[in-house]
Amino acid sequence: MDTKLKKQLEIAACKIRLGAVEGVYHAKSGHPGGSLSAADIFSYLYFQELRVNPKNPKEPDRDRFVLSKGHTCPGLYAALALKGYFAEDELKKLRQIGAMLQGHPDMKGTPGIDMSTGSLGQGISAACGMALAGKMDRKDYRVYALLGDGELEEGQVWEASMFAGHHSLDNLCLIVDINGLQIDGPTAEVAGPEPIDEKFRAFGFDVQGIDGHDLDAIEKAFEHAKTVKGKPSVILAKTVKGKGVSYMENKAGWHGKAPNDEEYAVAVRELKQALAGLEAE
Amino acid sequence: MAEMVKKATRESYGMALSQLGDEFPQIVVLDADLAEATKTGIFKKKYPERFVDCGIAESNMIGVAAGLATCGKIPFATSFAMFATGRAFEQVRNSVCYPHLNVKVVGTHAGISVGEDGATHQCLEDIALMRSLPGMTVISPSDHYETLAAVRAAAEHNGPVYLRLSRLAVESFNNSDDYRFELGKGVTLRNGGDVTIVATGLMVSRALEAAKLLEQKGIDARVINIHTIKPIDRELILKAAKETGKIVTVEEHNVIGGLGDAAAAVLSEEYPIPLRKIGVNDQFGHSGPAADLLEQFGLCVSHIAEETEKFLK
Repeated sequence: MDTKLKKQLEIAACKIRLGAVEGVYHAKSGHPGGSLSAADIFSYLYFQELRVNPKNPKEPDRDRFVLSKGHTCPGLYAALALKGYFAEDELKKLRQIGAMLQGHPDMKGTPGIDMSTGSLGQGISAACGMALAGKMDRKDYRVYALLGDGELEEGQVWEASMFAGHHSLDNLCLIVDINGLQIDGPTAEVAGPEPIDEKFRAFGFDVQGIDGHDLDAIEKAFEHAKTVKGKPSVILAKTVKGKGVSYMENKAGWHGKAPNDEEYAVAVRELKQALAGLEAE
Repeated sequence: MAEMVKKATRESYGMALSQLGDEFPQIVVLDADLAEATKTGIFKKKYPERFVDCGIAESNMIGVAAGLATCGKIPFATSFAMFATGRAFEQVRNSVCYPHLNVKVVGTHAGISVGEDGATHQCLEDIALMRSLPGMTVISPSDHYETLAAVRAAAEHNGPVYLRLSRLAVESFNNSDDYRFELGKGVTLRNGGDVTIVATGLMVSRALEAAKLLEQKGIDARVINIHTIKPIDRELILKAAKETGKIVTVEEHNVIGGLGDAAAAVLSEEYPIPLRKIGVNDQFGHSGPAADLLEQFGLCVSHIAEETEKFLK
């Protein structure tokens, strides 16, 4: 990847992490762990991959993005704000009465949200419908959906995967944020969705496994996915839950909990340091 | 006057879809491996490229329909009422109704008149489930002509709709030239001053027959067809309550949460009068021929007439 671009995307990812932490802190609830693990993916999607226009969020030929793991919307909201869909101030009102930013994505109220999600397993089906509509109308837009590894325990994910494979939806690209943790503990101990790669392969997907924090790898994977014909793609992104905030990293407890004042100060300090480092280089 | 026909409303549905296909190029029909039974196969034959068999995966089908709707399609997602509204309830709620997407959920084989398949397939809860969802329109047409009109109204309406259809063939009675279908407006089929029988779906023609029996006994029964259960025609029900003093509701559905409760809610809030609900009394059905089951569960002409007569005493 071009070094200048990489720097920009790293900076964007860092700002997304800051925005997510800020949102959850002010809301006093929400899901920081999975927002932070997916921050590099959000950054790549919104600042490199997606053909979208924040000035015209409903443009019919735009690429679509569905956050199937809807609870990690603090990360998505931060990306959307950074992209210019709405004012960054909105992040501080997350989850509050009368706020635009709901606890889970609401396509009716928030510009840039292509599908209301939150109940796990449902976003992927909607993404399949969008991809099918694209095929029917011979449009060249692409549809992206981000899932969690815990989410793979939902049966609907596999109904939808069978559908995507059967209908050869090569305009559909799934990303699974494999941070290995869900509310009750490690996914391997709770219900064991592995082997994830073999499952998707069996459902007719082109499967790639990458380090979900390595922007070079993320770029390669998305570029390859665009060349795949006749089958849907899935990018299995191995990540660290809570990435970027030392005390949140790899801790299931930070799946759905807000930092207190002290913890918030530490998180902001760490992320701002990282940002300053990137901007100084 | 249109020709009198005896058809199941599921068949009228399939016909209506194929008639509307050219006029509404955005219509896409989805099914879950039941195209032969739900009659979406009629549409499939004419528009194969706009028909999607989702296989036996109703939850995904509703989600796919939602995604299609975000791209401007008008999806008619079809299965048996049990699966379309029961199995996929949460998908209908969260993927369709919460974002208020333009998806038509169509449940055929509603009620106990499914017959031989028995209790697992006899959905008696779908009206209750669907009318509890914000923004959902619930339609339960009573014969062939009303179904044709209802499918058009559903296609023209921008927003989620639940269409409740039946397996059993029913003789048409909405064949007069002045028949008009308007979403949310009930139809007074027979005037009367002693009591009002409010019915929906298959029960409407039976209510009309019951009114004839009652007439022989000197009872003058009004009959109202409520084809749109939500939004319900409050005005028409209140008018009937004021003019006849008593209301009987008849539906092929559990007495909990269906047409009877919807009418009772209107009355108790604005003009409380005695109401008697005829329906399936909070129990499961069982296997048997449809006509026998309807009789056994009290959804037949004689029982409607008897209950109404008793209610007036």
